[in-house]
Amino acid sequence: MVTVLGSTIENLISLIRGAGRFSRFSGSAVAGAFVERPKRRVILPLMMQIGLQSVPVILATGAFVGMVLAVQIYGQLHRMGAESLSGAIINYSIVAELGPVLAAVILAGRIGGAMAAELGTMKVTEQIDALRTLGADPVNYLVTPRFLACLVLVPMLTLYSDAIGIIGGYIMSVKYFHVSEFFYWHQTKMFIENWDLMVGMVKSIYFGGAIGLICCYKGFQAKQGAEGVGRATTNAFVASFVAILVGNFFMSLFFRSLYTFLYE
Amino acid sequence: MADIPTQADTTASGEPVIEVNDVWKRFGSLEVLKGISLAVGRGETLVIIGASGCGKSVLLKHIIGLLRPDSGSVVFDRQEISTMPKMQLAQVRRRFGMVFQGAALFDSFSVKENVAFGLRRHTDYSEEKMSAVVAEKLRLVGLVGLEQKMPGELSGGMKKRVGIARAIALEPEVLLYDEPTTGLDPIMADVINELILRVQKSQNATSVVVTHDMQSAYKVATRIAMLHDGRIIEVGSPEEIQNTHNPTVSQFIRGEAGDLIDTALG
Ligand SMILES: Nc1ncnc2c1ncn2[C@@H]1O[C@H](COP(=O)(O)OP(=O)(O)OP(=O)(O)O)[C@@H](O)[C@H]1O
Ligand SMILES: [Mg+2]
Repeated sequence: MVTVLGSTIENLISLIRGAGRFSRFSGSAVAGAFVERPKRRVILPLMMQIGLQSVPVILATGAFVGMVLAVQIYGQLHRMGAESLSGAIINYSIVAELGPVLAAVILAGRIGGAMAAELGTMKVTEQIDALRTLGADPVNYLVTPRFLACLVLVPMLTLYSDAIGIIGGYIMSVKYFHVSEFFYWHQTKMFIENWDLMVGMVKSIYFGGAIGLICCYKGFQAKQGAEGVGRATTNAFVASFVAILVGNFFMSLFFRSLYTFLYE
Repeated sequence: MADIPTQADTTASGEPVIEVNDVWKRFGSLEVLKGISLAVGRGETLVIIGASGCGKSVLLKHIIGLLRPDSGSVVFDRQEISTMPKMQLAQVRRRFGMVFQGAALFDSFSVKENVAFGLRRHTDYSEEKMSAVVAEKLRLVGLVGLEQKMPGELSGGMKKRVGIARAIALEPEVLLYDEPTTGLDPIMADVINELILRVQKSQNATSVVVTHDMQSAYKVATRIAMLHDGRIIEVGSPEEIQNTHNPTVSQFIRGEAGDLIDTALG
């Protein structure tokens, strides 16, 4: 009992310590954007590299998210005889809920994993120490540009994913299930507001920032050896995934309340 | 080198540039440094020897502030490195060059960009001047014309030498070499020994060299210090070390396992 309590307290302390370290790390990464603004020469190739690489996978997932939503939602609504509403529900999910979340999860695996592995390798081969000895601040130099790139790229790629998801959902609903095209779009326009688009974008900006910071942090924390890098990469993905899901829940709740407060 | 008197304690002659005062460092339950005191005089080349895993690299990283001691202090040119804020430390490091044990070249940069990294950050050389300096440093380490190669295309020994070129590019006052000759063939090892001596003479640089290579140690050292079990157990001129009465030191420098096994077996 005492030992259980002891180890729980110990875990709690190390959790708080970790949170402190992560906050300080994030703080200096964000501050880096102002202190020593990353050069275009550094940030553009980075964005090309991580952005372009992710386009195929993001388009594929976007299309399937749209199509599977159509299958599920049409099925449910058909039983209630309310198929004409399907456009509104599918497209709402795509722009404000499932779309941003799934895009972010895929990008956490694709971009985040690659970043954690790259920085983890730099850590264990002492390249990060070498940067320090040459007068560069590794957080400013490595993390800030990656954080900024994620902040921009994740929402951009999410827009691609949303666009293709909307097309996928439309094709399945209208062409395959023969929902009236007119009602499909009419209901969409009736029920989806700019607000929902805005919510989706704000979420994916948060997801982008979280992926950038968490994955770089885990890379920096890598322990010696190839095994250390592998573990850092896995940890980076798991932590990003949790941050995305938990963040999404609270943001949904928050924006719901805000909406009620502002408009109802 | 006869003008620099040597002594067998842990204080260098003349004005010390680097002072390590009673430094303790542990990682988890592993106590690596257990009260290290050491001083390095200006223009001196101090060689640190010791068994694998005894903490030589850790000690070197304390000198340049990559690691902070649990207790004790590291002083460079009267400024305390061990507690210095990050920004100030970055300035002081301009005066250091470090050669890492595993070279630590930046994978995504060419050889040229690796060597030029410090120059780009700390000088406003024109592209031409930069190329000339890089070519010169590469020539010194015997790697003429390799500017455009990527680190992945180099052998271990070549990487090490690029690492040396990168460390000396800014002509720093203090050079820290972590096993600069390990993994090089005997001839190239001697080229590096000569280079260490030349850098020391031409720039009056202060050097700390960690090595297992006793031939190299005798050649470049003003003094040799032996690290054992987290402490400096002996410091002295190469001659003094060669004629040591300390059995641990004597065994190490002769590379004999025999006695150790005998004592271990009683
Ligand atoms: N960052 C670190 N975290 C945990 N342990 C460390 C760290 N750095 C070094 N150690 C441990 O400290 C000890 C000394 O390591 P160090 O690299 O200084 O040895 P060394 O004397 O340089 O050995 P070698 O000659 O093999 O390079 C080792 O047991 C190592 O595992
Ligand atoms: Mg070492």
